[in-house]
Amino acid sequence: MSQLSESMLEVTSLEVKYGAIAALRGISLSVKTGQIVTMIGANGAGKSTLLRAISGLIRVCSGNISLGDADITNLPPHRIVGFGVSHAPEGRMIFANLTVRENLEMGAYLRRDSDAVAGDLDRVFLLFPRLKERINQQGGTLSGGEQQMLAVGRAMMARPKLLLLDEPSLGIGPILVKAIFQTIVEINRELGMTILLVEQNAHLALKIAHYGYVLETGNIILEGPSSEIACNELVRKAYLSE
Amino acid sequence: MSEFLQQVINGISLGSIYALIALGYTMIYGILRFINFAHGDVFMVGAFIGYFVAPHVISLTGGSLWIAAPIVLIVTMVGCSALGVTIEKLAYRPLRSRPKLTVLITAIGVSFFLEYGGQLVFGPDPKLFPTLIPSSSLINTQHVVIGTNSIVVILTAIVLMLLLRFIVYNTKMGTAMRAVSFDHRVASLMGINIDSVISFTFVLGSGLAAAASLLYASVYPSINPLMGIFPGLKAFVAAVLGGIGNLAGAALGGLIIGITETFVSGYISSSYRDAIAFAILILILLFKPSGILGRHDRDKV
Repeated sequence: MSQLSESMLEVTSLEVKYGAIAALRGISLSVKTGQIVTMIGANGAGKSTLLRAISGLIRVCSGNISLGDADITNLPPHRIVGFGVSHAPEGRMIFANLTVRENLEMGAYLRRDSDAVAGDLDRVFLLFPRLKERINQQGGTLSGGEQQMLAVGRAMMARPKLLLLDEPSLGIGPILVKAIFQTIVEINRELGMTILLVEQNAHLALKIAHYGYVLETGNIILEGPSSEIACNELVRKAYLSE
Repeated sequence: MSEFLQQVINGISLGSIYALIALGYTMIYGILRFINFAHGDVFMVGAFIGYFVAPHVISLTGGSLWIAAPIVLIVTMVGCSALGVTIEKLAYRPLRSRPKLTVLITAIGVSFFLEYGGQLVFGPDPKLFPTLIPSSSLINTQHVVIGTNSIVVILTAIVLMLLLRFIVYNTKMGTAMRAVSFDHRVASLMGINIDSVISFTFVLGSGLAAAASLLYASVYPSINPLMGIFPGLKAFVAAVLGGIGNLAGAALGGLIIGITETFVSGYISSSYRDAIAFAILILILLFKPSGILGRHDRDKV
Protein backbone atom coordinates (compact mmCIF):
# COMPACT_ATOMS: atom_id res chain seq x y z
CA MET A 1 0.00 0.00 0.00
CA SER A 2 1.46 3.30 -1.00
CA GLN A 3 0.87 5.81 1.70
CA LEU A 4 1.51 9.40 0.79
CA SER A 5 1.97 11.50 3.84
CA GLU A 6 0.36 14.68 2.56
CA SER A 7 -3.11 15.34 3.78
CA MET A 8 -6.16 15.52 1.54
CA LEU A 9 -8.62 16.83 4.10
CA GLU A 10 -7.92 18.88 7.19
CA VAL A 11 -10.69 19.60 9.67
CA THR A 12 -9.75 22.00 12.45
CA SER A 13 -11.75 22.75 15.62
CA LEU A 14 -15.03 22.09 13.86
CA GLU A 15 -18.16 23.11 15.70
CA VAL A 16 -21.65 22.39 14.37
CA LYS A 17 -24.92 23.09 16.15
CA TYR A 18 -28.52 22.12 15.50
CA GLY A 19 -30.28 25.05 17.07
CA ALA A 20 -28.92 25.20 20.59
CA ILE A 21 -27.68 21.63 20.60
CA ALA A 22 -24.02 21.09 19.80
CA ALA A 23 -23.55 18.17 17.43
CA LEU A 24 -19.79 18.55 16.98
CA ARG A 25 -17.80 20.20 19.75
CA GLY A 26 -14.64 21.45 18.12
CA ILE A 27 -13.22 18.31 16.52
CA SER A 28 -10.06 18.14 14.43
CA LEU A 29 -9.07 15.39 12.07
CA SER A 30 -7.03 14.77 9.01
CA VAL A 31 -7.41 12.39 6.09
CA LYS A 32 -4.21 11.50 4.27
CA THR A 33 -4.19 11.19 0.50
CA GLY A 34 -4.76 7.64 -0.72
CA GLN A 35 -6.00 6.30 2.59
CA ILE A 36 -9.26 4.91 3.88
CA VAL A 37 -10.06 6.69 7.11
CA THR A 38 -12.99 5.61 9.21
CA MET A 39 -15.02 7.46 11.78
CA ILE A 40 -16.76 5.07 14.14
CA GLY A 41 -19.17 5.84 16.92
CA ALA A 42 -22.65 5.18 18.20
CA ASN A 43 -25.85 6.48 16.73
CA GLY A 44 -26.11 10.22 17.36
CA ALA A 45 -22.40 10.69 17.99
CA GLY A 46 -22.20 13.22 15.17
CA LYS A 47 -20.71 11.07 12.41
CA SER A 48 -23.22 12.00 9.71
CA THR A 49 -23.10 15.62 10.86
CA LEU A 50 -19.38 15.65 10.16
CA LEU A 51 -19.90 14.44 6.58
CA ARG A 52 -22.73 16.92 6.04
CA ALA A 53 -20.50 19.74 7.23
CA ILE A 54 -17.71 18.68 4.88
CA SER A 55 -20.02 18.48 1.86
CA GLY A 56 -21.71 21.77 2.72
CA LEU A 57 -25.17 20.45 3.58
CA ILE A 58 -25.12 22.12 6.98
CA ARG A 59 -23.49 25.31 8.16
CA VAL A 60 -20.43 25.23 10.30
CA CYS A 61 -20.49 27.47 13.42
CA SER A 62 -16.77 27.73 13.81
CA GLY A 63 -13.66 25.95 12.72
CA ASN A 64 -12.22 25.21 9.36
CA ILE A 65 -12.46 22.57 6.64
CA SER A 66 -9.84 22.56 3.94
CA LEU A 67 -9.21 20.32 0.99
CA GLY A 68 -5.60 20.49 -0.13
CA ASP A 69 -4.96 24.22 -0.32
CA ALA A 70 -8.59 25.20 -0.71
CA ASP A 71 -10.72 26.40 2.18
CA ILE A 72 -14.15 24.85 1.59
CA THR A 73 -15.79 25.84 4.88
CA ASN A 74 -19.44 26.80 4.36
CA LEU A 75 -19.30 26.80 0.56
CA PRO A 76 -22.55 25.71 -1.12
CA PRO A 77 -22.63 21.93 -1.75
CA HIS A 78 -22.47 22.14 -5.54
CA ARG A 79 -19.22 24.15 -5.34
CA ILE A 80 -17.68 21.66 -2.93
CA VAL A 81 -18.41 18.87 -5.44
CA GLY A 82 -16.40 20.96 -7.90
CA PHE A 83 -13.39 20.70 -5.58
CA GLY A 84 -13.52 16.92 -5.87
CA VAL A 85 -15.59 15.84 -2.88
CA SER A 86 -18.37 13.33 -3.40
CA HIS A 87 -20.78 12.38 -0.64
CA ALA A 88 -22.92 9.25 -0.61
CA PRO A 89 -25.41 10.27 2.06
CA GLU A 90 -26.94 8.12 4.75
CA GLY A 91 -30.16 6.32 3.93
CA ARG A 92 -28.93 6.02 0.33
CA MET A 93 -31.08 8.86 -1.01
CA ILE A 94 -30.98 7.83 -4.64
CA PHE A 95 -33.31 9.57 -7.08
CA ALA A 96 -36.37 7.31 -7.05
CA ASN A 97 -37.82 9.02 -10.14
CA LEU A 98 -34.69 8.60 -12.26
CA THR A 99 -33.46 5.43 -13.91
CA VAL A 100 -30.33 3.69 -12.71
CA ARG A 101 -28.43 5.10 -15.68
CA GLU A 102 -29.71 8.63 -15.03
CA ASN A 103 -28.78 8.36 -11.35
CA LEU A 104 -25.24 7.46 -12.35
CA GLU A 105 -25.12 10.22 -14.96
CA MET A 106 -26.15 12.74 -12.32
CA GLY A 107 -23.17 11.56 -10.27
CA ALA A 108 -20.98 12.78 -13.13
CA TYR A 109 -22.96 16.01 -13.52
CA LEU A 110 -19.99 18.40 -13.38
CA ARG A 111 -17.71 16.35 -15.60
CA ARG A 112 -17.09 17.40 -19.18
CA ASP A 113 -14.92 14.42 -20.18
CA SER A 114 -17.72 12.31 -21.64
CA ASP A 115 -15.43 9.51 -22.87
CA ALA A 116 -13.98 9.00 -19.42
CA VAL A 117 -17.49 9.17 -17.93
CA ALA A 118 -18.56 6.34 -20.23
CA GLY A 119 -15.51 4.38 -19.05
CA ASP A 120 -16.39 4.98 -15.41
CA LEU A 121 -19.97 3.88 -16.08
CA ASP A 122 -18.60 0.58 -17.37
CA ARG A 123 -16.43 0.28 -14.30
CA VAL A 124 -19.39 0.78 -11.97
CA PHE A 125 -21.26 -1.92 -13.88
CA LEU A 126 -18.23 -4.18 -13.58
CA LEU A 127 -18.17 -3.66 -9.81
CA PHE A 128 -21.96 -3.99 -9.49
CA PRO A 129 -23.29 -6.23 -12.28
CA ARG A 130 -26.73 -6.10 -10.63
CA LEU A 131 -26.99 -2.44 -11.55
CA LYS A 132 -26.33 -3.19 -15.20
CA GLU A 133 -29.27 -5.61 -15.24
CA ARG A 134 -31.47 -2.82 -13.90
CA ILE A 135 -30.02 -0.01 -16.00
CA ASN A 136 -33.35 1.34 -17.27
CA GLN A 137 -35.33 0.69 -14.10
CA GLN A 138 -36.39 3.58 -11.89
CA GLY A 139 -34.25 3.99 -8.80
CA GLY A 140 -37.28 3.67 -6.55
CA THR A 141 -37.96 0.12 -7.72
CA LEU A 142 -34.58 -1.22 -6.57
CA SER A 143 -34.11 -3.29 -3.43
CA GLY A 144 -32.32 -1.77 -0.45
CA GLY A 145 -29.04 -3.43 -1.32
CA GLU A 146 -29.24 -2.38 -4.95
CA GLN A 147 -29.97 1.17 -3.88
CA GLN A 148 -26.87 1.09 -1.70
CA MET A 149 -24.78 -0.10 -4.65
CA LEU A 150 -26.26 2.67 -6.75
CA ALA A 151 -25.46 5.27 -4.08
CA VAL A 152 -21.83 4.14 -3.93
CA GLY A 153 -21.60 3.89 -7.72
CA ARG A 154 -23.15 7.31 -8.17
CA ALA A 155 -20.68 8.90 -5.77
CA MET A 156 -17.84 7.20 -7.68
CA MET A 157 -19.08 8.62 -10.98
CA ALA A 158 -17.90 12.07 -9.93
CA ARG A 159 -14.39 10.57 -9.89
CA PRO A 160 -13.80 12.46 -6.66
CA LYS A 161 -10.51 13.04 -4.94
CA LEU A 162 -12.29 12.40 -1.68
CA LEU A 163 -15.23 10.03 -1.30
CA LEU A 164 -17.44 10.43 1.77
CA LEU A 165 -19.41 7.29 2.57
CA ASP A 166 -22.13 7.41 5.20
CA GLU A 167 -23.10 4.03 6.66
CA PRO A 168 -22.86 1.94 3.50
CA SER A 169 -23.79 -1.13 5.57
CA LEU A 170 -27.03 0.32 6.88
CA GLY A 171 -30.07 -1.87 6.37
CA ILE A 172 -28.61 -4.46 4.01
CA GLY A 173 -27.81 -8.12 4.43
CA PRO A 174 -24.38 -9.37 5.53
CA ILE A 175 -23.39 -10.84 2.15
CA LEU A 176 -24.06 -7.58 0.37
CA VAL A 177 -22.29 -5.62 3.10
CA LYS A 178 -19.22 -7.74 2.48
CA ALA A 179 -19.41 -7.14 -1.28
CA ILE A 180 -19.75 -3.41 -0.84
CA PHE A 181 -16.85 -3.21 1.58
CA GLN A 182 -14.75 -5.23 -0.83
CA THR A 183 -15.64 -2.70 -3.51
CA ILE A 184 -14.61 0.16 -1.24
CA VAL A 185 -11.18 -1.44 -0.86
CA GLU A 186 -10.94 -1.90 -4.63
CA ILE A 187 -11.88 1.70 -5.33
CA ASN A 188 -9.22 2.82 -2.92
CA ARG A 189 -6.47 0.52 -4.19
CA GLU A 190 -7.07 0.60 -7.90
CA LEU A 191 -8.34 4.14 -8.41
CA GLY A 192 -6.33 5.66 -5.59
CA MET A 193 -9.45 7.33 -4.26
CA THR A 194 -9.21 8.73 -0.75
CA ILE A 195 -12.15 7.63 1.38
CA LEU A 196 -13.67 8.89 4.60
CA LEU A 197 -15.97 6.15 5.84
CA VAL A 198 -18.53 6.68 8.56
CA GLU A 199 -19.76 3.41 10.07
CA GLN A 200 -21.63 1.94 12.97
CA ASN A 201 -20.27 -1.45 12.02
CA ALA A 202 -16.91 -0.74 13.64
CA HIS A 203 -15.64 -4.24 13.11
CA LEU A 204 -15.83 -4.11 9.33
CA ALA A 205 -14.79 -0.50 9.06
CA LEU A 206 -11.61 -0.97 11.09
CA LYS A 207 -10.75 -4.03 9.04
CA ILE A 208 -10.49 -2.09 5.78
CA ALA A 209 -9.38 1.34 7.05
CA HIS A 210 -5.83 2.56 7.45
CA TYR A 211 -6.64 5.02 10.17
CA GLY A 212 -9.55 5.50 12.48
CA TYR A 213 -11.25 7.96 14.76
CA VAL A 214 -13.78 7.29 17.49
CA LEU A 215 -16.46 9.90 17.91
CA GLU A 216 -18.55 10.15 21.06
CA THR A 217 -21.24 12.81 21.56
CA GLY A 218 -19.49 15.35 19.38
CA ASN A 219 -15.93 14.76 20.59
CA ILE A 220 -13.15 12.63 19.19
CA ILE A 221 -12.11 10.41 22.06
CA LEU A 222 -9.59 8.25 20.29
CA GLU A 223 -7.60 8.12 17.08
CA GLY A 224 -4.84 6.00 15.59
CA PRO A 225 -4.00 3.37 12.99
CA SER A 226 -7.04 1.12 12.75
CA SER A 227 -5.18 -1.95 13.96
CA GLU A 228 -4.41 -0.11 17.19
CA ILE A 229 -7.95 1.13 17.57
CA ALA A 230 -9.28 -2.35 17.07
CA CYS A 231 -7.10 -3.53 19.98
CA ASN A 232 -8.10 -0.73 22.29
CA GLU A 233 -9.81 -2.02 25.39
CA LEU A 234 -12.48 0.69 25.39
CA VAL A 235 -13.33 0.27 21.73
CA ARG A 236 -13.52 -3.49 22.05
CA LYS A 237 -16.04 -3.14 24.82
CA ALA A 238 -18.14 -0.32 23.49
CA TYR A 239 -18.10 -0.81 19.71
CA LEU A 240 -16.90 -4.29 18.92
CA SER A 241 -19.15 -5.84 21.56
CA GLU A 242 -16.57 -8.27 22.84
CA MET B 1 -72.97 15.02 -35.22
CA SER B 2 -71.25 17.77 -37.11
CA GLU B 3 -71.85 20.20 -34.29
CA PHE B 4 -70.30 17.66 -31.97
CA LEU B 5 -67.20 17.50 -34.19
CA GLN B 6 -67.02 21.27 -34.24
CA GLN B 7 -67.15 21.39 -30.45
CA VAL B 8 -64.43 18.76 -30.16
CA ILE B 9 -62.08 20.73 -32.40
CA ASN B 10 -62.78 23.95 -30.51
CA GLY B 11 -62.35 22.15 -27.20
CA ILE B 12 -59.02 20.61 -28.17
CA SER B 13 -57.83 24.00 -29.39
CA LEU B 14 -58.77 25.75 -26.13
CA GLY B 15 -57.54 22.76 -24.14
CA SER B 16 -54.08 22.91 -25.75
CA ILE B 17 -53.78 26.51 -24.60
CA TYR B 18 -54.74 25.55 -21.04
CA ALA B 19 -52.30 22.67 -21.26
CA LEU B 20 -49.41 24.99 -22.13
CA ILE B 21 -50.18 27.20 -19.13
CA ALA B 22 -50.78 24.21 -16.85
CA LEU B 23 -47.32 22.85 -17.69
CA GLY B 24 -45.78 25.95 -16.13
CA TYR B 25 -47.76 25.52 -12.90
CA THR B 26 -46.91 21.87 -12.66
CA MET B 27 -43.18 22.25 -13.42
CA ILE B 28 -42.71 25.00 -10.88
CA TYR B 29 -44.70 22.99 -8.34
CA GLY B 30 -42.52 19.96 -9.11
CA ILE B 31 -39.34 21.88 -8.34
CA LEU B 32 -40.41 24.25 -5.57
CA ARG B 33 -43.59 22.63 -4.14
CA PHE B 34 -45.63 25.78 -4.33
CA ILE B 35 -48.25 27.19 -6.69
CA ASN B 36 -46.96 30.20 -8.60
CA PHE B 37 -50.16 32.21 -8.62
CA ALA B 38 -48.48 34.92 -10.69
CA HIS B 39 -48.21 32.48 -13.61
CA GLY B 40 -51.49 33.59 -15.19
CA ASP B 41 -50.29 37.17 -15.10
CA VAL B 42 -47.03 36.28 -16.82
CA PHE B 43 -49.36 34.88 -19.49
CA MET B 44 -51.12 38.28 -19.62
CA VAL B 45 -47.82 40.14 -19.99
CA GLY B 46 -47.04 37.81 -22.91
CA ALA B 47 -50.17 38.98 -24.71
CA PHE B 48 -49.12 42.61 -24.23
CA ILE B 49 -45.58 41.95 -25.43
CA GLY B 50 -47.16 40.40 -28.53
CA TYR B 51 -49.51 43.36 -28.87
CA PHE B 52 -46.64 45.87 -28.91
CA VAL B 53 -44.10 43.81 -30.86
CA ALA B 54 -46.30 42.28 -33.55
CA PRO B 55 -47.07 45.44 -35.62
CA HIS B 56 -43.35 46.26 -35.89
CA VAL B 57 -42.38 42.74 -36.83
CA ILE B 58 -45.22 42.51 -39.35
CA SER B 59 -44.18 45.73 -41.07
CA LEU B 60 -40.51 44.69 -41.03
CA THR B 61 -41.28 41.37 -42.66
CA GLY B 62 -43.40 43.02 -45.35
CA GLY B 63 -46.68 41.74 -43.99
CA SER B 64 -45.95 38.04 -44.33
CA LEU B 65 -47.59 36.51 -41.25
CA TRP B 66 -45.98 33.10 -41.76
CA ILE B 67 -42.59 34.75 -41.16
CA ALA B 68 -43.72 37.37 -38.67
CA ALA B 69 -45.66 35.08 -36.30
CA PRO B 70 -42.72 32.80 -35.38
CA ILE B 71 -40.54 35.87 -34.74
CA VAL B 72 -43.19 37.42 -32.48
CA LEU B 73 -43.51 34.05 -30.75
CA ILE B 74 -39.80 33.88 -30.00
CA VAL B 75 -39.58 37.51 -28.83
CA THR B 76 -42.59 37.03 -26.54
CA MET B 77 -41.21 33.78 -25.13
CA VAL B 78 -37.86 35.40 -24.37
CA GLY B 79 -39.60 38.39 -22.78
CA CYS B 80 -41.82 36.28 -20.52
CA SER B 81 -38.94 33.97 -19.60
CA ALA B 82 -36.96 37.01 -18.48
CA LEU B 83 -39.96 38.18 -16.46
CA GLY B 84 -40.44 34.76 -14.86
CA VAL B 85 -36.77 34.47 -13.89
CA THR B 86 -36.82 38.01 -12.46
CA ILE B 87 -39.92 37.31 -10.37
CA GLU B 88 -38.30 34.18 -9.00
CA LYS B 89 -35.03 35.98 -8.19
CA LEU B 90 -36.60 39.04 -6.55
CA ALA B 91 -39.70 37.63 -4.89
CA TYR B 92 -39.34 33.88 -4.30
CA ARG B 93 -35.62 33.20 -3.89
CA PRO B 94 -35.19 35.33 -0.73
CA LEU B 95 -37.96 33.22 0.84
CA ARG B 96 -36.49 29.86 -0.16
CA SER B 97 -36.08 28.61 3.40
CA ARG B 98 -39.33 30.08 4.69
CA PRO B 99 -42.61 28.18 5.07
CA LYS B 100 -44.37 27.45 1.77
CA LEU B 101 -47.34 29.55 2.84
CA THR B 102 -45.14 32.66 2.90
CA VAL B 103 -44.08 32.04 -0.68
CA LEU B 104 -47.65 31.31 -1.71
CA ILE B 105 -48.90 34.60 -0.32
CA THR B 106 -45.98 36.38 -1.99
CA ALA B 107 -47.02 34.80 -5.29
CA ILE B 108 -50.52 36.20 -4.83
CA GLY B 109 -48.91 39.57 -4.14
CA VAL B 110 -46.83 39.36 -7.32
CA SER B 111 -50.00 38.43 -9.18
CA PHE B 112 -51.80 41.59 -7.94
CA PHE B 113 -48.72 43.64 -8.69
CA LEU B 114 -48.72 42.49 -12.33
CA GLU B 115 -52.49 42.86 -12.74
CA TYR B 116 -52.77 46.35 -11.34
CA GLY B 117 -49.32 47.44 -12.48
CA GLY B 118 -50.53 46.31 -15.89
CA GLN B 119 -53.60 48.52 -15.60
CA LEU B 120 -51.37 51.43 -14.68
CA VAL B 121 -48.95 50.88 -17.57
CA PHE B 122 -51.22 49.54 -20.33
CA GLY B 123 -54.48 51.14 -19.18
CA PRO B 124 -57.55 49.20 -18.06
CA ASP B 125 -59.41 49.27 -21.41
CA PRO B 126 -59.36 46.20 -23.63
CA LYS B 127 -57.12 46.36 -26.66
CA LEU B 128 -57.50 44.63 -29.99
CA PHE B 129 -54.81 42.03 -30.48
CA PRO B 130 -53.33 42.14 -34.00
CA THR B 131 -53.94 39.22 -36.34
CA LEU B 132 -50.95 36.87 -36.25
CA ILE B 133 -52.48 33.74 -37.67
CA PRO B 134 -53.69 34.19 -41.24
CA SER B 135 -57.38 33.46 -40.98
CA SER B 136 -58.98 31.25 -43.51
CA SER B 137 -61.15 28.19 -43.36
CA LEU B 138 -59.40 24.95 -44.12
CA ILE B 139 -62.61 22.98 -44.05
CA ASN B 140 -65.84 24.79 -44.55
CA THR B 141 -68.93 22.67 -44.97
CA GLN B 142 -72.39 23.67 -44.11
CA HIS B 143 -71.99 22.38 -40.55
CA VAL B 144 -68.33 22.32 -39.69
CA VAL B 145 -65.86 25.16 -39.99
CA ILE B 146 -62.27 24.42 -39.14
CA GLY B 147 -60.15 27.53 -39.42
CA THR B 148 -56.41 27.90 -39.61
CA ASN B 149 -56.63 29.34 -36.11
CA SER B 150 -57.58 26.07 -34.42
CA ILE B 151 -55.09 24.07 -36.43
CA VAL B 152 -52.21 26.48 -35.77
CA VAL B 153 -53.06 26.53 -32.06
CA ILE B 154 -53.15 22.75 -31.80
CA LEU B 155 -49.99 22.21 -33.87
CA THR B 156 -47.99 24.88 -32.03
CA ALA B 157 -49.01 23.39 -28.69
CA ILE B 158 -48.05 19.88 -29.81
CA VAL B 159 -44.64 21.01 -31.09
CA LEU B 160 -43.89 22.92 -27.87
CA MET B 161 -44.99 20.02 -25.68
CA LEU B 162 -42.81 17.58 -27.62
CA LEU B 163 -39.91 20.00 -27.30
CA LEU B 164 -40.52 20.26 -23.55
CA ARG B 165 -40.69 16.51 -23.26
CA PHE B 166 -37.37 16.22 -25.09
CA ILE B 167 -35.73 18.80 -22.82
CA VAL B 168 -37.01 17.21 -19.61
CA TYR B 169 -36.33 13.57 -20.49
CA ASN B 170 -33.40 13.66 -22.91
CA THR B 171 -31.06 16.41 -21.82
CA LYS B 172 -28.70 16.74 -18.90
CA MET B 173 -30.48 19.89 -17.67
CA GLY B 174 -33.81 18.07 -17.83
CA THR B 175 -32.45 15.16 -15.82
CA ALA B 176 -31.11 17.68 -13.32
CA MET B 177 -34.59 19.21 -13.13
CA ARG B 178 -36.08 15.85 -12.27
CA ALA B 179 -33.30 15.24 -9.74
CA VAL B 180 -33.99 18.59 -8.07
CA SER B 181 -37.72 17.88 -8.03
CA PHE B 182 -36.94 14.71 -6.09
CA ASP B 183 -34.73 16.32 -3.45
CA HIS B 184 -32.82 19.60 -3.45
CA ARG B 185 -30.13 18.52 -1.02
CA VAL B 186 -29.27 15.26 -2.70
CA ALA B 187 -29.25 17.03 -6.08
CA SER B 188 -26.81 19.61 -4.75
CA LEU B 189 -24.50 16.75 -3.70
CA MET B 190 -24.23 15.85 -7.38
CA GLY B 191 -22.79 19.30 -8.10
CA ILE B 192 -26.11 20.58 -9.46
CA ASN B 193 -26.56 24.31 -8.89
CA ILE B 194 -30.12 24.34 -7.54
CA ASP B 195 -30.63 28.04 -8.26
CA SER B 196 -29.75 27.62 -11.95
CA VAL B 197 -32.11 24.69 -12.28
CA ILE B 198 -34.92 26.71 -10.67
CA SER B 199 -34.22 29.64 -13.00
CA PHE B 200 -34.24 27.28 -15.97
CA THR B 201 -37.61 25.90 -14.84
CA PHE B 202 -39.01 29.42 -14.76
CA VAL B 203 -37.60 30.02 -18.25
CA LEU B 204 -39.45 26.97 -19.56
CA GLY B 205 -42.69 27.60 -17.70
CA SER B 206 -42.91 31.29 -18.55
CA GLY B 207 -41.91 30.63 -22.16
CA LEU B 208 -44.81 28.21 -22.54
CA ALA B 209 -47.17 30.74 -20.93
CA ALA B 210 -45.95 33.29 -23.48
CA ALA B 211 -46.74 30.98 -26.37
CA ALA B 212 -50.13 30.23 -24.83
CA SER B 213 -50.88 33.93 -24.55
CA LEU B 214 -50.31 34.56 -28.26
CA LEU B 215 -52.47 31.59 -29.21
CA TYR B 216 -55.18 32.66 -26.77
CA ALA B 217 -55.14 36.27 -27.98
CA SER B 218 -55.33 35.06 -31.56
CA VAL B 219 -58.55 33.22 -30.72
CA TYR B 220 -59.96 35.84 -28.32
CA PRO B 221 -58.34 39.06 -29.59
CA SER B 222 -59.53 41.39 -26.86
CA ILE B 223 -56.73 41.73 -24.33
CA ASN B 224 -56.57 43.55 -20.98
CA PRO B 225 -54.40 43.45 -17.84
CA LEU B 226 -56.83 41.17 -15.98
CA MET B 227 -57.13 38.66 -18.82
CA GLY B 228 -54.71 36.23 -17.13
CA ILE B 229 -56.90 35.55 -14.12
CA PHE B 230 -59.40 33.08 -15.58
CA PRO B 231 -57.13 31.18 -17.99
CA GLY B 232 -54.59 31.06 -15.15
CA LEU B 233 -57.07 29.62 -12.66
CA LYS B 234 -58.42 27.12 -15.18
CA ALA B 235 -54.94 25.98 -16.10
CA PHE B 236 -54.22 25.60 -12.39
CA VAL B 237 -57.31 23.40 -12.10
CA ALA B 238 -56.05 21.47 -15.13
CA ALA B 239 -52.70 20.88 -13.43
CA VAL B 240 -54.43 19.66 -10.26
CA LEU B 241 -56.82 17.50 -12.27
CA GLY B 242 -53.96 15.80 -14.13
CA GLY B 243 -51.90 15.41 -10.96
CA ILE B 244 -49.81 18.39 -9.94
CA GLY B 245 -46.12 17.87 -10.64
CA ASN B 246 -46.84 15.53 -13.52
CA LEU B 247 -46.16 16.82 -17.06
CA ALA B 248 -48.39 14.41 -18.96
CA GLY B 249 -51.07 15.07 -16.35
CA ALA B 250 -50.97 18.82 -17.00
CA ALA B 251 -51.43 18.27 -20.74
CA LEU B 252 -54.27 15.82 -20.16
CA GLY B 253 -55.91 18.06 -17.56
CA GLY B 254 -55.73 21.03 -19.93
CA LEU B 255 -57.46 19.07 -22.68
CA ILE B 256 -60.20 17.82 -20.36
CA ILE B 257 -60.91 21.31 -19.01
CA GLY B 258 -60.88 22.82 -22.50
CA ILE B 259 -63.20 20.23 -24.00
CA THR B 260 -65.57 20.27 -21.00
CA GLU B 261 -65.76 24.03 -21.07
CA THR B 262 -66.51 24.11 -24.79
CA PHE B 263 -69.21 21.46 -24.42
CA VAL B 264 -70.83 23.19 -21.50
CA SER B 265 -71.00 26.49 -23.33
CA GLY B 266 -72.09 24.80 -26.55
CA TYR B 267 -74.78 22.45 -25.24
CA ILE B 268 -75.87 23.95 -21.93
CA SER B 269 -75.20 27.62 -21.56
CA SER B 270 -72.13 29.80 -21.87
CA SER B 271 -72.99 31.33 -18.48
CA TYR B 272 -71.68 28.13 -16.87
CA ARG B 273 -68.49 28.22 -18.93
CA ASP B 274 -66.29 29.53 -16.13
CA ALA B 275 -68.08 27.67 -13.35
CA ILE B 276 -67.45 24.22 -14.76
CA ALA B 277 -63.67 24.29 -14.16
CA PHE B 278 -64.22 25.05 -10.51
CA ALA B 279 -66.89 22.40 -10.17
CA ILE B 280 -64.30 19.96 -11.53
CA LEU B 281 -61.75 21.26 -9.00
CA ILE B 282 -64.12 20.60 -6.12
CA LEU B 283 -64.84 17.10 -7.40
CA ILE B 284 -61.15 16.21 -7.72
CA LEU B 285 -60.33 17.59 -4.32
CA LEU B 286 -63.16 15.51 -2.87
CA PHE B 287 -62.58 12.24 -4.68
CA LYS B 288 -59.02 12.09 -6.01
CA PRO B 289 -56.85 14.86 -4.58
CA SER B 290 -53.72 13.41 -6.17
CA GLY B 291 -55.20 13.91 -9.65
CA ILE B 292 -55.61 11.51 -12.55
CA LEU B 293 -51.94 10.70 -13.13
CA GLY B 294 -50.60 11.95 -9.81
CA ARG B 295 -49.06 9.85 -7.13
CA HIS B 296 -48.94 10.60 -3.45
CA ASP B 297 -45.87 12.44 -2.33
CA ARG B 298 -43.16 10.09 -1.27
CA ASP B 299 -42.60 10.13 2.46
CA LYS B 300 -39.41 12.01 3.12
CA VAL B 301 -36.91 10.25 5.31
